Amino acid sequence: MQVEAYAGEEMVLNMGPQHPSTHGVLRLELETDGEIVRNVIPHIGYLHRCFEKHAEKVDYPGVIPFCDRMDYIASMNNSLGYALAVEKLMDLEVNERVKTLRVLMAELNRIASHLLSVGTYAMDIGSFTPFLHCFREREKILDLFEWLCGARLLYNYNWVGGVSHDIPDGFEAKTREFLGQFEPVIAELDKLLSYNKIFLERTANVGIISEEQALSHNVTGPNLRGSGIAWDLRREEPYCGYDTYDFEVPVGLGEYGPLGSCWDRYYVRVREMEQSLGLIRQALDRLPEGDVQEHIPRRVRPAKNEVYDRTETPRGELGYYVVSDGGLIPFRVKVKSPCFTVLSLLPAIARGGMVADIIAIIGSIDIVMGEIDR
Amino acid sequence: MEYLREVLTRQVGGYDQLPEVLQIFLPMLLACLLCLGLVALIPLIAIWAERKVSAHMQDRLGPMRVGGWHGWAQTIADGVKLLLKEDIIPAQADRLLFKLAPLVVFAGGFAAFVVLPFGESFIVSDLNIGVLYIAAISSLGVVGIIMAGWASNNKYALFGGMRAAAQIVSYEIPTVLAILTVVIPVGSLSMQEIVKAQSGSVFNWFIFQPVTFLAFWIVFLGTLAEVNRTPFDIPEAESELVAGYHTEYSGMRFAFFFLAEYANMFLVSALATTLFLGGWHGPGFLPGPVWFILKAMALVFVQMWLRWTLPRLRVDQLMHVSWKVLLPIAFVLVLAAGTLALI
Repeated sequence: MQVEAYAGEEMVLNMGPQHPSTHGVLRLELETDGEIVRNVIPHIGYLHRCFEKHAEKVDYPGVIPFCDRMDYIASMNNSLGYALAVEKLMDLEVNERVKTLRVLMAELNRIASHLLSVGTYAMDIGSFTPFLHCFREREKILDLFEWLCGARLLYNYNWVGGVSHDIPDGFEAKTREFLGQFEPVIAELDKLLSYNKIFLERTANVGIISEEQALSHNVTGPNLRGSGIAWDLRREEPYCGYDTYDFEVPVGLGEYGPLGSCWDRYYVRVREMEQSLGLIRQALDRLPEGDVQEHIPRRVRPAKNEVYDRTETPRGELGYYVVSDGGLIPFRVKVKSPCFTVLSLLPAIARGGMVADIIAIIGSIDIVMGEIDR
Repeated sequence: MEYLREVLTRQVGGYDQLPEVLQIFLPMLLACLLCLGLVALIPLIAIWAERKVSAHMQDRLGPMRVGGWHGWAQTIADGVKLLLKEDIIPAQADRLLFKLAPLVVFAGGFAAFVVLPFGESFIVSDLNIGVLYIAAISSLGVVGIIMAGWASNNKYALFGGMRAAAQIVSYEIPTVLAILTVVIPVGSLSMQEIVKAQSGSVFNWFIFQPVTFLAFWIVFLGTLAEVNRTPFDIPEAESELVAGYHTEYSGMRFAFFFLAEYANMFLVSALATTLFLGGWHGPGFLPGPVWFILKAMALVFVQMWLRWTLPRLRVDQLMHVSWKVLLPIAFVLVLAAGTLALI
């Protein structure tokens, strides 16, 4: 694109926090020259709810609902990370059924999260129908969760040492039914959106994150894999027995443009949904017997210690640093947010693009402001 | 209109006793009212249809309650709601232009209905420059859009207005060139003459002839861009510009933009019908005007279908399509049509 030819006076455009496609309450200060963006300054903090301070005021299990509220799109994955961290702190081992159920729910939630990401991305690019198709499928997963634990969005499901509810009768069959009908939907999505000429034009050459940039800014999750680096904590540092499952780590290949473009990141998410389907099937097949609450301690009081534990959420590496002073209340809970690190890269990749590209980039890095601001 | 006057003279007793001025003026008024009725009625149907079409494409039901049968009265209810809403004008807006803009946009679409040949004698005024008139008057809308974008004193509205201006002006050129390929063989700019040139069998329609077949697609794409529909809806790109040039509009003023959009959708479809699809010609079991509206509505449906399937282009890609793809093809087509006419 020969942008220099159109150079003129600059205008400051304030995009957000109330804007249809800043994905929550992100505010961007754009310095625009006509349609060309000279600089982007992201402003965060509109959704700050003092997560870390709250965590220092309630007991260990009491932090879990706050974890749910960080990344409200993928609550199951968020609370899983915290539960694992506290279990590590206490040297607590959960039984196989709990592990399998956690994988099952995490992967169902991953599909729900990616569906939302892919759907809203389609809408950002201007295509409304895939959005509703994705939400229709996500609704079915939320129905399953509601059946499981009564909540549709914020589950408080992963407890320290176990899970809140065992699966109800018939849940397994219903989940399999969902898997069966969801698989063709991915193929439909590919036909309707992924390989659409206009969609490719809009995304395949835009927002390129090079391998170096990705590593230097600690970009993680699908965004990192979109840049062609096959790093997935489920594979590299398995937890919950992920090492016993058979799955692939999809990476961006740069088929339709430079590697690490918006399209690559989008496409990694679509392919990850397929992998999650396989993981859910395997989890359902092996589901061992057991009491899901047998290891839940009556009182969570870890010895004086500190621990850092990280898991792979749909948005990337979510790390919990939990410090215990030997009491009932955590001394400190610090969260390492995957969205924050990738948002820090936004100015670098958005500069020189057009206003429409900013939208395409924000959609493709799939940020949730609740997790950035906490 | 002459026909209407003749009918009035014959059917209404004492009509020829009226003063000469009234004899001329009354048919004009009637024709105007008819036009206004169409401009109001067609968008009502089209908006309802769009909601139903989009709903079924998206696995939803769409409006189902208002009015009973499949929510047919939803648009009317919405219109009444918009009428009752508070009329908000931003404090720093240019009040005069802000108020004028929706009227200009609406008037552009409305005035173009005058030359649409709904039937053999069902046309308000068969101007001898009908096609040129439509091309000219429908561009009036862009003036209103820029006015709206500027007067709102909102950066998003300004962006939308500028985008719309650039887009409509660029797409006007290939469209008009493609229309020329029809005008050349017909030898007239009158809408009725163009329709009459396509009489006889279906294969006399211009869409079934090689040069004009290609021209049809250029006209269709070009007019799609002129009415700001997906994939060319960047002036009101919701995810980028909130609502583009009508971001600050609410209530009835917003409704005017909305009505104008759907009236324009029908207008460009009717234009394509006249030029390429044989106008009001059709098998005899239905009257001409019905055929005309059916054909135009079929094209409106295609526009909706595209909107609910395709993503949106970016500004520079949009310009690329117009100047580097459509325009050269249109030039070649005009040359081809001219050569054919000479032979």
